[in-house]
Amino acid sequence: MSCFNKVAIALGLASITILSSSAASAHDFSAGDIRIGHPWSRIAPAAAPVMGAYLTLTNAGPEADTLVGGSTPLAERIEIHQMSIEGGVARMRSLPDGIEIAPGASVDLAPGGAHLMFIKPARPFAEGDRIEATLEFARAGSVRVEFVVQRNAAKEPDRADDHGGHTP
Amino acid sequence: MNRVRLFRICVWGVVIVLAGFLLVSTQLSEQQAPAEASTGTARVGGPFSLTSHEGERLDNRSLAGRPYLVFFGFTHCPEICPTTLFELTDLMSELGADADKFEVLFITVDSERDTQELLASYMTSFDSRITALRGSSEETETALKAFSAYAKKVPLEGGQYTMDHTTGVYLIKGDGSFGGILDMHEPRETRLQKLRRLVSS
Repeated sequence: MSCFNKVAIALGLASITILSSSAASAHDFSAGDIRIGHPWSRIAPAAAPVMGAYLTLTNAGPEADTLVGGSTPLAERIEIHQMSIEGGVARMRSLPDGIEIAPGASVDLAPGGAHLMFIKPARPFAEGDRIEATLEFARAGSVRVEFVVQRNAAKEPDRADDHGGHTP
Repeated sequence: MNRVRLFRICVWGVVIVLAGFLLVSTQLSEQQAPAEASTGTARVGGPFSLTSHEGERLDNRSLAGRPYLVFFGFTHCPEICPTTLFELTDLMSELGADADKFEVLFITVDSERDTQELLASYMTSFDSRITALRGSSEETETALKAFSAYAKKVPLEGGQYTMDHTTGVYLIKGDGSFGGILDMHEPRETRLQKLRRLVSS
């Protein structure tokens, strides 16, 4: 059961990653050797005190860098978290040391894994809204980015399943 | 002679290790997978009593005769809880009038921050047939026990906290017995089939 769950979760995550990376409105930012691919935030329910946000970090440089935090005028603060589901239980933990990107490596902050969390968004955001933010890296410094607000990304893999489009 | 003795010791060692493994794994699977452990009414779907986001009391007796879905979560949950509720909204819209034949309950495991007022605003984003429920810590504990579900408060940095919680959506049949788990990672069609089966149960 738990083994099946893990496989199902892994497949789900793989398809989410594939779909979100091929999203039509992909947009990138960069600073030094760090590239920030398609920052996006999931549309949140009314009055939701938090919003999850995701992106892909790529390090083209010869030295490791670390995403240590960020801020936005549109939320009280931004936290870096790691979430996991084991034995049917979801757990979320702070990553106080941030997320390291090894030289030449790419790190996905994606649903089901590491994510940024906007605490107390200033207002509700609609699909297509852009949330300005500044991300802080240990080496690359401050980088201004925009998170695009998207509808529930987790729906997409299921639609793909409906069409029999299983991705390896 | 010594070899035979050594062999016997080894065999007994293996037997003891296997027995221990079996015991531990059986207990673990009971804790983690109520779906496998409960074939009857005993483990999932016991008594509970909570207050809805509209201020009404609701308990397992008021649901007697009606199938229902139960999901544990909280509003300070960035991902699984809103996604599950959006997905349920989508499935209910697909089922149309069939979705009138069951209740959907979202029980907060964080009644400290999830006030009735906050839940009332939060629920405006989802199908109006979904009911959010909250209770005192004892009432919440009783509800968790009723479904063999798990939730735990975990401190975060800066005096904040988060909640570990069971993610599955419990299906309860009209006769009050456990009808399985709706897993949001399953294909949409599988989930729709499970709900249609629940309605006709």
